[in-house]
Amino acid sequence: MSYTIQGDTGPWEVVVGLEVHAQVLSKAKLFSGAATAFGAEPNSQVSFVDAGFPGMLPVINEECIAQAVRTGLGLNAEIHLWSRFDRKNYFYADLPQGYQISQYAHPIVGRGSVEITLSDGSTKTIGITRLHLEQDAGKSLHDQHPTKSFIDLNRAGVALMEIVSEPDIRSPEEAGAYLAKLRQIMRYLGTCDGNMDEGSLRADVNVSVRRPGEGYRTRCEVKNVNSVKFVMQAVEAEARRQIEIWEAGGVVEQETRLFDVARGVTRSMRSKEDAHDYRYFPDPDLPPLVLEQSWVDQLKATLPELPDQRRARYIAMGLTPYDAHVLTIERETAAFFEEVARGRDAKLAANWVTGEYFAALNRLKRSVTDSPVSARHLGELLDLIADGTLSGKLAKEVFEAMLEADEPPAAIVERRGLRQVTDAGAIAAAVEAVLAAHADKVAEYRAGKEKLFGFFVGQTMKAMAGKGNPALVNEVLKAKLG
Amino acid sequence: MRPTDLTLAQGLAALERREISALELADAFLAAIERLNPRLNAYITVTAEAAREAARASDARRARGEAGPLEGIPLGIKDLFCTEGVRTTAASRILGPFVPPYESTVTAQLKRDGAVFLGKLNMDEFAMGSSNLTSAYGPVENPWSRANDPARRLVPGGSSGGSAAAVAARLAMGATATDTGGSIRQPAAFCGIAGIKPTYGRCSRFGIVAFASSLDQAGPVARTVEDCAILLRSMAGHDPKDSTSARLPVPDFRAAVGRGVKGLRIGVPEEYRLPGMAPEIEALWEQGLAWLREAGAETVPISLPHTKYALPTYYVVAPAEASSNLARYDGVRFGLRESGADLKDLYERTRARGFGAEVRRRIMIGTYVLSAGYYDAYYLKAQKVRALIRRDFEQAWSRCDAIVTPATPTAAFAMDERQDDPVTMYLNDVFTVTANLAGLPGLAVPAGLDSQGLPLGLQVIGRAFDEETVFAVGGALERAAGFTAQPGIMA
Repeated sequence: MSYTIQGDTGPWEVVVGLEVHAQVLSKAKLFSGAATAFGAEPNSQVSFVDAGFPGMLPVINEECIAQAVRTGLGLNAEIHLWSRFDRKNYFYADLPQGYQISQYAHPIVGRGSVEITLSDGSTKTIGITRLHLEQDAGKSLHDQHPTKSFIDLNRAGVALMEIVSEPDIRSPEEAGAYLAKLRQIMRYLGTCDGNMDEGSLRADVNVSVRRPGEGYRTRCEVKNVNSVKFVMQAVEAEARRQIEIWEAGGVVEQETRLFDVARGVTRSMRSKEDAHDYRYFPDPDLPPLVLEQSWVDQLKATLPELPDQRRARYIAMGLTPYDAHVLTIERETAAFFEEVARGRDAKLAANWVTGEYFAALNRLKRSVTDSPVSARHLGELLDLIADGTLSGKLAKEVFEAMLEADEPPAAIVERRGLRQVTDAGAIAAAVEAVLAAHADKVAEYRAGKEKLFGFFVGQTMKAMAGKGNPALVNEVLKAKLG
Repeated sequence: MRPTDLTLAQGLAALERREISALELADAFLAAIERLNPRLNAYITVTAEAAREAARASDARRARGEAGPLEGIPLGIKDLFCTEGVRTTAASRILGPFVPPYESTVTAQLKRDGAVFLGKLNMDEFAMGSSNLTSAYGPVENPWSRANDPARRLVPGGSSGGSAAAVAARLAMGATATDTGGSIRQPAAFCGIAGIKPTYGRCSRFGIVAFASSLDQAGPVARTVEDCAILLRSMAGHDPKDSTSARLPVPDFRAAVGRGVKGLRIGVPEEYRLPGMAPEIEALWEQGLAWLREAGAETVPISLPHTKYALPTYYVVAPAEASSNLARYDGVRFGLRESGADLKDLYERTRARGFGAEVRRRIMIGTYVLSAGYYDAYYLKAQKVRALIRRDFEQAWSRCDAIVTPATPTAAFAMDERQDDPVTMYLNDVFTVTANLAGLPGLAVPAGLDSQGLPLGLQVIGRAFDEETVFAVGGALERAAGFTAQPGIMA
């Protein structure tokens, strides 16, 4: 079923395209040697190039180019061996040169595609129009002084990848899934850290609505949305606003809007008439960027495994598609899982990571990167289950103890005496004591009240402080009651 | 011979023979500046103390046997080159008290080779002009004057008017200059000295205040072709800080000056024979070609069919790039700031007060030609014509090894002439802009005097990165012309 919004006059389809700005993961800026670390003292990471001083010239940072090419390869996209940097001219206090250097006419990456997975398990392919490199601007701080604005140029000149999608997205869910998938791919590739709260990843969301089967209507652009959740909300809010206008007999005007997170609505930022004339032209300080196919091939050969490939590999290892999906969402989670599973039963490892381990993270409000238990120790716990030292129940008890202090599970077993009892003699003794103490129940059982078997199991385990091997306890009870 | 009369080559020889010290040389030039600069206004900033200190350090290096190729040579620096710790104005009010915390690559290399800087030279504001009249620091006077009207003050040409006037009047042994449409060659010709705009990419643009990035190129002006060759060798070379600088070794240009022209084919472009061109200019051109034939070269007529479009093309491309390059002068981070009610007001007040009329005109032209709806008709069309102009030259190189033309359509004009119409002023560049559009080396050589006793120059254009042939032809012209005339105002 395709997504529609029911208006007063009938159903409306939503058409969405995203322009995602992803900060290139790189030690230095796109055209200067200045550093890029987040959260540094204002104006502490600024070279004279970034500050637009007279006579300063941009020099391309090769690592940023490689990162853009890796991302393009990860998006199954054409890599353009010839691309060019243009100047986008406009005045603003945090734009030191008075222009942004951006690949307007000839981007480094062309058409590609991304496959998204939706909550009902279905998949959909979203087309990528292009990926181009550009400089970020600085930051204006208007709240530091009653009459003055302050400028922080730390971000000025930082390399951004602008990834433009085709208008293939048809619902808030698809928009969210697409952004999450882009983020996932770039984090796997190590080309963008995807930290949306630090501004490393932002989306401009283009939204229009139409009657099913109709051509495109006017779109509006919702600028700078900085989370997957807000993208989904912005799509819906903007679509509903447009539907209301069309249904009231009005006309949607093309404009740039902002998403008001607190009120959950979009509001106008500037209309088409206020749009800048950016006077794009090729930057004469930078010759066209020409790449060797062999260099691109080399980057391709050394590309890290992508999430889709990894998920397929996990399914081949015996995991359910669901577990494979959940474990590959974050690269760190997948790495954690792989360390737990290395040399062990992959299915058991997946059950433990997605079960007890995820539940514990939720409960403790922790994450894999800040894990209370190391993958090595969790793996050792699985070994203790496999060699019969621990029953499933005991293992859970040991795991709880591990959450308190990340110790080797064997040490916890030893100290707490949690070792499972598999000694047939000890079990037989315990069973005999239980049967002797409950002679009346034994008689009822033998007279046909078979559901009392569970009672004997419970009493035996209780007598053994939970450490009896459950299979052996069952076996001995059956024989004795026989 | 007085120290200020020495050519740069003679100065180097005198220093090597310990006939003079770098300090004595610097003092002689500083004294000349003190005496004549109040009239000529060639220097915006004179760094006398720093020059003496540098000269002493130079003498010490020479004494230790560590002399560089320009050890002790006193130079003037066009005020478009950023010089660490020394105010750099681009002859504009907008840079205000700006003191760069960095050094341009070209001046850093000159210092590395032992040169002593006397100060910063006047120029047209942001290198936009052909007269030095657009400087916010006042016009420069040409040290030459007309025989029949000696009191009438003439322009030195531009934009490197201060550089050319200072060298001609012996206020520097040589000077740095820059050339975007003729800004080295036209003032050199107006002041009776030599000047070369090398191939685009030969000298780093790092640290030079940008006018039009795809055309700007640094080069030297000096009294002789050989002096230019010596200076260019120090100024040139690949710089990783300029992505448009060429990764090529720097040849020994000085050795090429005396190479001779035997067997060279000299192209004579028909299209440079402008209707109404002064007969004196035409005669000098013919004379120059005759000298080269006498020296063993062959002259061949060639065609550069798109020449007539060069000037309009230049006046689209250069302002377009300038309008963007000058956006950074906004009063926010350095230089002049005029307070405003809000950001837009601050921009408008700062830029209105900071930029002169010619700079404002070019920013507006450039903004216009890049605007939506006009881009294709102007900027894009100009780029296409530029490619055709380049192709004209590429085709010509199959028929000749160098091209010789007049350097300028007239001799120096008076400060009070041609003020009313900017387009007439732009015609000064008619012979020189083609080399910038095609990125080729162009050398101006003083070759004769007009009937008023004013110097006239010839231009030699060569293949890309073949400055050696250009120097060889220029050297031959210089020897044949035997230009020994001197300006009226001179140290």
